[in-house]
Amino acid sequence: MRARLAAAAVLLIVSGCGASDAPDGGDGRLSDGTSGPALSGTLTVFAAASLTDVFTDLGDQLMELHPSLAVRFNFAGSSALATQITQGAPADVFASANAAQMAVVTDAGMAQNPTVFAGNVLEIAVPAGNPGGVDGLADFARDELALAICAPDVPCGAAAEQVFDSAGVAAAPDTLEEDARAALTKVELGEVDAALVYASDVVSAGDAVEGIPFPEAENAVNAYPVCALADAPNPGAARAFVDLVLSGVGQAALGDAGFRAP
Amino acid sequence: MRGARSRTRVPAPLLVPAALAVAFLVLPLVGLLVRAPWSSLGPALTTPGVGQALRLSLVSATLATLVSVLLGVPLAWVLARSAARGRTLLRALVTVPLVLPPVVGGVALFLVLGRQGVVGRWLFEAFDLTIPFTTTAVVIAETFVAMPFLVISVEGALRAADARFEDVAATLGADRWTTFRRVTLPLVAPGVGAGAVLCWARALGEFGATITFAGNFPGTTQTMPLAVYLALQRDPEAAIALSLVLLAVSLATLLLLRGRWLGRAAP
Repeated sequence: MRARLAAAAVLLIVSGCGASDAPDGGDGRLSDGTSGPALSGTLTVFAAASLTDVFTDLGDQLMELHPSLAVRFNFAGSSALATQITQGAPADVFASANAAQMAVVTDAGMAQNPTVFAGNVLEIAVPAGNPGGVDGLADFARDELALAICAPDVPCGAAAEQVFDSAGVAAAPDTLEEDARAALTKVELGEVDAALVYASDVVSAGDAVEGIPFPEAENAVNAYPVCALADAPNPGAARAFVDLVLSGVGQAALGDAGFRAP
Repeated sequence: MRGARSRTRVPAPLLVPAALAVAFLVLPLVGLLVRAPWSSLGPALTTPGVGQALRLSLVSATLATLVSVLLGVPLAWVLARSAARGRTLLRALVTVPLVLPPVVGGVALFLVLGRQGVVGRWLFEAFDLTIPFTTTAVVIAETFVAMPFLVISVEGALRAADARFEDVAATLGADRWTTFRRVTLPLVAPGVGAGAVLCWARALGEFGATITFAGNFPGTTQTMPLAVYLALQRDPEAAIALSLVLLAVSLATLLLLRGRWLGRAAP
């Protein structure tokens, strides 16, 4: 057992972090975690908050395949997670909502060769019934509406700036939110007429929120990289989880949650 | 004058835990100071928006403290002195904001004062008045979170104050309002002062309820804690610089107030 784990660790070091040679994940047989050695112990996954629902499901699947494995998650903003990891938090896998925060971890030498496993685009979220009569990006210039976008300091705000620039819309937001979920909460409560959030956020909010896709969103596709960490306490399980995310099963779950293929 | 000698000598069983407490509370601050990007402190200070956020923080925390004193001191009196039944329940209820995660407090404020809230909907429909995303919302959020600190302090002071002074005032013909104004209030003034300082400090650092209920917009609702949090997403060094500014200003204010107000009570 120990020897096999050690072998897996060696393999991991040799192959770096690109856990699978075929990131398209079409080959479920090789990469869904069933073919590897039996895994045990604890697997700790640090993942962007937007991945909460999908990753929890995938973690349950991995635990079903490996009954003596316990999967624990730490879901938070990617920058908070990157800080925790570089400050020494014991994590096996890091899934970031953007390349910049993954770079914080790879630049610190704590991971190598992350793989992009999903993309996310902005969507307009409006309360059910669309009381503000919003139908496109141009409505974000309407002063009489209560509007929320993310602060430019966080990824969804940077993306928002990008789409407003490319669309030539002078946005008149009432609040610059700290993350997309906070903006979404204000839509769910009916306190803003529209917010710019990610497509996956709209799916997670259910019936309380309606999503309005818009063409300019294609100018700011957010890429999600994942990586097993160099000092992962449980490298075998870390690799299996990354493989599962990249597998057909993982990609289908991400698609259902509103993410798009990388 | 009482106990001038006992002030100078700390009993040994208190010394070690007290020193530990000091280390525990002060070391994180030392950490900030050590990591502080001193060379970029100047640029961080002069970044447009920092002065604005600092001013907004000071103004809104002061307004929240004023509202808390005006409403909280009478509430503390009711909790400490009145014979009303259900005081225990009332005390538990008004201290809820102490244990409520501030973000939840912000959502709760939405449910009452938001555009769709119980009271807010009426304000919106009758007067076209919306509270969220305004400076008023910042003051409301800070008051909600900070007022219990003042109420608890003042209630404690009222309980510790000798109620016989009030009885004597009453026997000398003072009505209850005069007794409160001329006897009770001067008696508990140090408690009110300490509670106000605590309340102001809590309001100044308020983050969760503010960003939820008031949102974050430079100039109208972006206070220093919000600016610090967002700077942390982009540039941790800038966030440390901003925190130090907030820290320096609040410490200076507290020291100044201590000299002015509490000088007599705490030499």
